[in-house]
Amino acid sequence: MSIFRFMLQNRDQILELTLEHLRLVGFSTLFAMLIGIPLGIVIAHRPRFNKPVLAGANIIQTIPSLALFGFLLPVPWLGERSDRLAILALTLYALLPIIRNTFTGIRGVDPAVVEAGLGMGLTESQLLFQVELPLAVSVILSGVRVAVVISVGLATIAAAIGAGGLGEFIFRGLAMVDDRVILAGAIPAAILALTADFGVGWLERRLQVRR
Amino acid sequence: MESAPSSAVIEFLGVSYHVASTQVLSGFDLQVRSGETLVLLGRSGSGKTTSLKLVNRLLSPTSGEVRVRGVSNADSDVIRLRRSIGYVIQDVGLFPHFTVEKNIGLVPRIQGWPEDRISARVRELLQTVGLTADTASRYPHQLSGGQRQRVGVARALAADPEILLMDEPFGALDPLTRDELQREFLLLQRRLRKTVVFVTHDLREALRLGTRIALMEAGRLVTVLAPSEFLHSTDSLASAYVRAFGEGLESAAHRGTS
Repeated sequence: MSIFRFMLQNRDQILELTLEHLRLVGFSTLFAMLIGIPLGIVIAHRPRFNKPVLAGANIIQTIPSLALFGFLLPVPWLGERSDRLAILALTLYALLPIIRNTFTGIRGVDPAVVEAGLGMGLTESQLLFQVELPLAVSVILSGVRVAVVISVGLATIAAAIGAGGLGEFIFRGLAMVDDRVILAGAIPAAILALTADFGVGWLERRLQVRR
Repeated sequence: MESAPSSAVIEFLGVSYHVASTQVLSGFDLQVRSGETLVLLGRSGSGKTTSLKLVNRLLSPTSGEVRVRGVSNADSDVIRLRRSIGYVIQDVGLFPHFTVEKNIGLVPRIQGWPEDRISARVRELLQTVGLTADTASRYPHQLSGGQRQRVGVARALAADPEILLMDEPFGALDPLTRDELQREFLLLQRRLRKTVVFVTHDLREALRLGTRIALMEAGRLVTVLAPSEFLHSTDSLASAYVRAFGEGLESAAHRGTS
């Protein structure tokens, strides 16, 4: 039986796991943006903090994902629901590209533009929202794009702790030594990653400022 | 609030400024009179730009005091201070994501002017700086260097500030465009009578545009002279400048808008 026939037969389950997968990636990316973008803005304006913050995010990134899932398992409220735990772990991994790109994007704004803005009497928040963020947005989004693509891949491992998602097929297929089952998880995951990459990339180009 | 001598709009009173252990400005005393164009002339690192940034409080003095309209900068609201002072820099610093219209209208918009008044003001200013009305909808990357600096001047004038600070505004332009903008600056200044502090290292520009020239060296004010006095000054630095710039300075001093 071909892979495609197998996928067609199991389409309901594939759809369900894809949605679960999207939920994990979506929430974790959202949380990582809510934490990472403000943090990136802060360290761009307060250079003292940029080394420790970036180093912290870097260290998180070096922890093997399976180990991180394991470490978090005994944490009380989190450990009760494996999807919470998976979302937290994925959020932590997504932080680095988002913080780093926010930092780079804001620091990359032409100093003359910042000086002119301050000189004409913009407040710090007016400068941030009207000038710095609009000019940095495409760089920030390219960090989000990297974060999403990493998350789609990492989220497959979340199935190891029972958080669901397309990893279920992959682990099941490994156990059954059945390529078709593995691919039934891997192909939709790859499609998800490519779609997200393309979608955020398109947005990034739309918001790019010509100079 | 102490009252200042009536004609001094900007005063530097014993101002020093240092970064770490480097003395950028020391014992600096200077008064800028209402309606004059005071040129700060000096070589790179002489403290010209620092002096300028002390006026709109992009920098604060280490010791001494800078007063604008008789009020010490240390006591004034920095945002209001800056909005009452036009600021033009060599790199212009136009907002690349805004059209010319939005660039010029930003401060009026923030100050809550009604839209029709803003667009009327933008049209008026474009004309003032010699740009056509259709420039309003263009983006900075679609303009030439000279046009960009014209927009920079228009933006600085938007909220009709009494004071204009200009940091080598024409320094990056080709000689022909520079000449054109210098001439237009004189015509504009004849009409608007702003109090202008103008930074340059070009003696010719200083002689042509300045009401008075403040010569700076190594963070100190050497002397303040009218352009005609400058040429015959016995001060060693002033005469070194005159020698370095060579022939034809006399005509520069009297050239005006020709």
